[in-house]
Amino acid sequence: MSRLFMKNSDVSPNRKSVVRYENFGDKVITKSMAERTRNMMARAEEALIKAGKVTYRTKKASARAARLLALVFSLLFSLTGCHGKREQRTFEIPETFDEAGKYEITFWAKNDTNKTQTGIYKKAISDFEKLYPNITVNLRLYTDYGKIYNDVITNIATDTTPNVCITYPDHIATYLTGQDSVVPLDDLFADEKYGLGGGELKFDSPAQDEIIPKFLEECAFGGSHYAIPYMRSTEACYVNKDFVEKLGYTLPEMLTWDFVWEVSEAAMEKNADGTFKLNGQNVLIPFIYKSTDNMMIQMLRQKGAGYSTDDGEIQIFNDTTKELLETIAKHVKTGAFSTFKIGGYPANFLNAGQCIFAIDSTAGATWMGTHAPLIDISEDKLVEFETAVMEIPQFDPEHPQMISQGPSVCVFNKADKQEVLASWLFAQYLLTNDVQIAYSQTEGYVPVTSKAQESEEYQDYLQREGEDNVTYYDVKLKAAKLLLSHTEDTFVTPVFNGSASLRDAAGQLIETTTKSVRRKATADDAFFKKLYTDTASLYHLDQGSAQMDPDAVVTGAEALGPLPLTSKLLLAALAAAWVLIAGYLFLTGLRRKNRK
Amino acid sequence: MKKFTAVLLTASLVVASASMAMAAETEMETEPTLTVEEKSEGVMTHDEYVAAAVDDEVTIETYVQAKQSWWEDKATLYTQDQEGAYFIYNLPCSEEDYEKLEVGTKIRVTGYKAEFNGEIEIDGEGATFEILDGEFIAEPLDATELLGTDELIDHQNEFVTFKGMTVEAKEDAEGNEVAFLYKDGSGQDGDDLYFDASVNGETYTFTVESYLCDNTTDVYNAVKELKVGDVIDMEGFLYWYEGVNPHITSVTAAE
Repeated sequence: MSRLFMKNSDVSPNRKSVVRYENFGDKVITKSMAERTRNMMARAEEALIKAGKVTYRTKKASARAARLLALVFSLLFSLTGCHGKREQRTFEIPETFDEAGKYEITFWAKNDTNKTQTGIYKKAISDFEKLYPNITVNLRLYTDYGKIYNDVITNIATDTTPNVCITYPDHIATYLTGQDSVVPLDDLFADEKYGLGGGELKFDSPAQDEIIPKFLEECAFGGSHYAIPYMRSTEACYVNKDFVEKLGYTLPEMLTWDFVWEVSEAAMEKNADGTFKLNGQNVLIPFIYKSTDNMMIQMLRQKGAGYSTDDGEIQIFNDTTKELLETIAKHVKTGAFSTFKIGGYPANFLNAGQCIFAIDSTAGATWMGTHAPLIDISEDKLVEFETAVMEIPQFDPEHPQMISQGPSVCVFNKADKQEVLASWLFAQYLLTNDVQIAYSQTEGYVPVTSKAQESEEYQDYLQREGEDNVTYYDVKLKAAKLLLSHTEDTFVTPVFNGSASLRDAAGQLIETTTKSVRRKATADDAFFKKLYTDTASLYHLDQGSAQMDPDAVVTGAEALGPLPLTSKLLLAALAAAWVLIAGYLFLTGLRRKNRK
Repeated sequence: MKKFTAVLLTASLVVASASMAMAAETEMETEPTLTVEEKSEGVMTHDEYVAAAVDDEVTIETYVQAKQSWWEDKATLYTQDQEGAYFIYNLPCSEEDYEKLEVGTKIRVTGYKAEFNGEIEIDGEGATFEILDGEFIAEPLDATELLGTDELIDHQNEFVTFKGMTVEAKEDAEGNEVAFLYKDGSGQDGDDLYFDASVNGETYTFTVESYLCDNTTDVYNAVKELKVGDVIDMEGFLYWYEGVNPHITSVTAAE
């Protein structure tokens, strides 16, 4: 078979569709776009455009509508935020679930382009429907959190949101700007009949204290829980151990950034014919990072440097960020470092012997290593090597810090309380051991309940590491164990309306630096000053931040440019309305005075 | 005299007809040879483009063959000239200009050469383009016999055809034999379609890329109707992802 042709590939090779396990927002977004997920939101919007629309004009209008809605929601949110806690349409838990009525609910789920995951969702639905024959669950599948986000935003406007949705807290912060859109779950958690571990449930639900506290906390903001965790992962560094040792190094117990940079530079030595001494190939990128937003966020966290405050003050444009970018630029220049968005999937380079350190989600473990069950490259390009699964590099290995990521589940509010209760029952069903254990085994995920983690079945699974290269694939199990042993070392970034944009900006700083240096730009002070300005402007982070360099960043009004005509008309209409109200009040007052 | 004139005219007619026929024959023989346009100053030939390194700035003149997508003022295009093909990803492009990009439209693009998992392309970030006078619509190259050969990559991104291919079975999530899958079997209607087809005893995977051809198109629905064992002809673009990954735009029963 030709080395150029991948026969019988069972994976989607398009960068848009191979959104397998990418990070969105604080966690997993993607390529694709797919698409590629190089520009996640853009791809997501494109997907929105594509959804059921035939004509080009319609497509464009839909995308703009989504963006407009997001903007409107943001404005509404910022306005209502001035008045303290937002008033919610109260969801009152029905006394009893109506088993005589018929309820049809929709579940928008995300899979990692993994048919086993799809199968588990379908089985969960089937099993749930057997328990509750009066509830029908319609599954809609996505491979990209960004697409879910965009579709939800669009559907909030038309009150056609799904009932249950896989999501991220960053996104919920935006969903909440739609009045009463997402159900606060605290009362449901505590309900004796239908709450967590409730007495009237037809399945074995975990009690609230059986959800890993750290993971549950990630779903709380604004004083309420708006989601339940579904699966959790972190990032891991998948290492070609053979290459490290061939270069004369020994892997430390915990990777440091200095070690990774040093080994990566040592690998750049070439033969006279231009091939790399390490692998004898023309291609070698020693260090590739999949999700550069995570890279920046974790580096800043480990350094104790600013990213944002809990209430949304932007702090990322600081001197530490610049120092980190300068280091990255140095290693881009030598060719020792690159990113997924620029070159492609880290797993493909790792498996072809063209990479030493590949950092990706633990939920991407099934793609990593010579014997990975999911492989994107042809067999003749695969090289044999030992894969070490390690924590991401640290600045202070004594106090490791790594991101917590993975999907959560929220429930959308509806006029029919029984329908909401039916939705909650299904959402809660996803926490049962059957679903938790089965789904976690599809990737390097871990179950979010101690009930599942401590179960005999799951413990048995963990002990069987390496028994085969499918269910017990050693790299996958090592990735899961990595998170299990570091749960307390994980963190999440603050959630606020706009936190998703900040996350994108964090990644963009690295992507732009990397791409620019590859194109022979000089990464000097002027470069970084412009980078900060451009990035802040692009992601609208230059409005209201106290920490940004005033010399480097233009003001919000300058960045936004002149008001568009529609805004001017809207403002004019508002002004006219106030004039009319004032006029009416004046005339009314005048009449009263005349009567007297 | 009249007889002589008639004979002369007839003879002239016969000679003229014969000459025309010969000329036409000569023309038919030479027709397949494409005239390669001379490039404008500063514009690369396809060979020069191929020789350029990744991250080098490149300037090309090429012709739009298909439009994959447009959003947020960025267009992704399959383009080709008489020498070879160029895939252009995320080219900054207004809606107005995008509408002007008909199949065959000539454009000049300046940007940076990039490679994404084996796909050579022009990265639109920082790229510019202008619409020029001129038109060229590529005829599909029959790449059937090139499948599985090292020569195939020389035609990366070109408009090609595959003939007489037999649809092979794939396995869905439930273990059933099917003629196609949405993604790897984890997707649904509207997602990319993947199907296998064989020729000369070897089986290859083909894609209906849903941004290029969504579920309202003939090709998308034709693939959904495929049965294992069907013999088909296909057209599409020779896209690359860790090996060739043809983006199919047409599927018909084999002639």
